[in-house]
Order: sequence, then structure tokens, then C-alpha cells
Amino acid sequence: MADVSIEQLADDMFELVSSAAGQKKLKAGDLTKAMKEKYGDLSRADTKAAIKQLIDSGRCVYGYFGGSSIELPRVEGSANE
Amino acid sequence: MADDLKTPLLDELEKGPWPSFITDIKSMAGKNDYCKDLLGQLEKSYEDKRGYWKHGGLVGVMGYGGGVIGRYSALPDEFPGVSHFHTVRVNQPSGWFYTTDALREIMDIWEEHGSGLTNMHGSTGDMVLLGTRTEELEPIFRALTAKGWDLGGSGSDLRTPSCCVGPARCEMACYDTLAMTYDLTKSYQDELHRPMFNYKYKIKMSGCPNDCTAAIARSDMGIIGIWRDDIKVDQAAFAEYVDSGMDIQGAVVDLCPTGCITVEGKEINIDDSDCVKCMHCLNRLPKALSPGDDKGFAVCLGAKAPIVEGALFGSVIIPFMKIEDGDFEPMHDLIERIWEFWDEHGTSRERIGEFIERISLATFLEGIGEDPSPKMVKAPRDNPYIFYEEYYEEEGASASEE
Repeated sequence: MADVSIEQLADDMFELVSSAAGQKKLKAGDLTKAMKEKYGDLSRADTKAAIKQLIDSGRCVYGYFGGSSIELPRVEGSANE
Repeated sequence: MADDLKTPLLDELEKGPWPSFITDIKSMAGKNDYCKDLLGQLEKSYEDKRGYWKHGGLVGVMGYGGGVIGRYSALPDEFPGVSHFHTVRVNQPSGWFYTTDALREIMDIWEEHGSGLTNMHGSTGDMVLLGTRTEELEPIFRALTAKGWDLGGSGSDLRTPSCCVGPARCEMACYDTLAMTYDLTKSYQDELHRPMFNYKYKIKMSGCPNDCTAAIARSDMGIIGIWRDDIKVDQAAFAEYVDSGMDIQGAVVDLCPTGCITVEGKEINIDDSDCVKCMHCLNRLPKALSPGDDKGFAVCLGAKAPIVEGALFGSVIIPFMKIEDGDFEPMHDLIERIWEFWDEHGTSRERIGEFIERISLATFLEGIGEDPSPKMVKAPRDNPYIFYEEYYEEEGASASEE
């Protein structure tokens, strides 16, 4: 298994979500695959824990439009006051 | 209902012999603005022949990616009561058994924080609470969890597992659907609340092939009770059906899809080697016929309703399995192998059934580490062009040259 902390994975995932904001909605699977590409062999438990930390810290939220995605917190265009 | 609201088109839906959802909403319209403006917006939709709901994909509660389906009115100035009208899914208990106290608990929370309208139950199985505002979501979540309830699934996650009443109320149950549902719900909380799949994944558990949860048609993974040995026959009870004047030939024998039943006098004989477990004879003669003793379940994969691609029925992946001594680990192992392979090779918004259709059953079985069996074939092969791998085992050599 790759030697990388959950915190580092979460930080890297946050960078990916931030850089894709407004251009592409990234899914949990996209983040997992990107981390595996970067660090090699990672366990499912580690990538799950990193996403959990990303969401629970409030840095990202889940969104849904057709499928579920992980996004930066924002007020969506369709929201009413 | 609010006296000033006129709804001539909706009023038409109160006519006829059936219960009307309009009558129910009207009964609530004097109590809150959600219901009054819901009627107003719906009447306008009928007048204009278009819907006025907007999608709200970001609303939810902290940490969860499922359980709330966001909706906003496209006419918030005209109908402020439904400016926000989000749906909350509540994870139902196994088999949908409630005490009256439990239902009052939920209804009190919902009357305080939402419209008071419910849908019992949604097609996945959850209790569905219809219509609330964004700022009410966290208070609702806190109130529900304080009483031991939790939200259900939505989005690309494991949808709330659901089951029939199983052995709690039904003599046909071939396994404990309630225990299986409880175990899977508890074991996969992350998958249920934190969308991590390519698309939704529904698991339904039916205790026998009567399939009261419609698992074969409505779930990505249908776990359907079955037995391997012979149907148990009580000839004395069968004789009572004959004596009662029941048309055994017309109601049972002639309707057996494989013609495996014969009757001589007051004795019934079943050729179990031809039986396809359609359940018809057991349903018509429940006192005389019952499932065998060697009970378990089959696992079917791939059913879905026609969103994105066309509708699919499930097909058998595991012909027979048992839970021994309450050990669900073999089931967890199977589920996790399936998820891992689908995660890795599936595409965005591709359901497991579509995935299997795309890559072929043979490739899928190899991917999850299951050996193929004739019991998994759902239709005769119609393509004569096939590879025989043994012809290509040695580079440059073929069986035809040997």
C-alpha cells in the first residue's frame, strides 16, 4: 500500500475539486482514481476515509445532478431566497 | 381548505370511486402555507400544461450526500409557501413494521418542520416526507436522529435496502429477509449516506419467488428466497381441497407453466425436476403445499426502471446461497466484489445491469471471481461466432494444426 496519510489524500482531493470547479463535476470515483494514479496502490478504506474527512470538514459538499458529485460549497443557481 | 383558493381543475380529481390525493392536500391547506400554495401551483400547472418545479441538487444535511431531494418553485413570488419544497427520505424499518407511537413520533416532527404530507412508502422503500424548507433540514435531521431514526439513500449511493415481511408474517419465506435487511443497512452506512458509486444501487430482499418487493424488476441486486429440494406435500390437506369442490384441474394443474403436476383422485403428484418455482400451486393450495426444507436464496443482478437506458429485469448471478448461523460475511464478500469491479470499470451513470450488458456476463463473472454456471444463462446464445480459448493457448499454434 502507498505510504500517504488520509489528511494528504483529502488535501489532494480538495485541490482537484477546486481546480475543476465550474468546469467539471467530479464524482467520488473520479477522486479515488486520481489518487490511485498519483500514489499507486491505495485501499478503498483509505480513499473512503479521505472523502469522509473532506466532506465532514465542510470544505466540500455532495451535489446531485443526474449523478452525485463532490463540489465546493456554494448557493446553487436554482435556489430561491 | 383556504376559502379564497379556487381549484376547478384539481376538483375534477376528487370525483370517482378512488381516494384522492387532492382531497388529502386540501384537508391540510388550512393548516399551513405549504399545502395551500402546493394546490395553487398544481392548479396553475394544470391550466398551463407545464410543471413549475426546479431541481435543487445541493441541499442536504452536514456529512450526508443522500436522503434529501431538493425542489424549488419556479414561481416563488406567486406561491411563497412552496418556494422551497424539499423531500426528506427516512430509512424505514425492515418489513415496514411500525408501532403507532413510532408513527406519531415521525408525524409530530414532520408537522413541526414540514408540510405534514407524506408518501408511505416510496418505491425504494423509504418513508417519504414531502415538502420543507432548506433551513428546516438540519432541525429535522436532529429531531429524527434523537429518536433513533435516520435518513435513507438518494443519488449515486446504496439506496435504502428494503424487504418483504418475510418470516415475521409469511409462511412462504425461505430466509430471514428482515435480518438480512437489518444487517446490510447497518454494515453499509457509509455507502448509504455518502454517494461513492457510478450510479444508484438498490438492494431488495424477497423471501420467496412471489417476490413481494418486486426485486426482480426494481432492484440492482434482488435477493430472492428459493428452495432446492422438493415441494412439501400434505396429501390429507390436498384431499380437503378436492372435497371442498375446488376446480383443481382448471385452477392449478392447467396453469402450471411446465405441466409438472398430475392429480389422481385425491392425490397430487409434482415432478419437482421440472418445477420452475413459479409459486402458483403453493399460492392456490397453501394448506397442502409448502416450500421444501433446503431453503436459501438466489441473487439476481441488473434490474432497473427505464431511466437513461431501457428497463431491465434482473438475472441470476448466484443460483443458491444460504446464511448459516447468522453469518452474513459471505454476502458482504459478494457485494463488495461486485462494487469493486463496477467501481473500477463502470462509467458515469451506468447501472450494474447496463454494465453487465456492455461488458458481457462472462467478463463480469470473471471480474468478480465467480465461476459461470448454466443456471446463470437468461437466454439462449444467438451469436454463432465464439472463441474457444484453448485454441489460442500457445502463441502461433491453433488446435486445428495439432
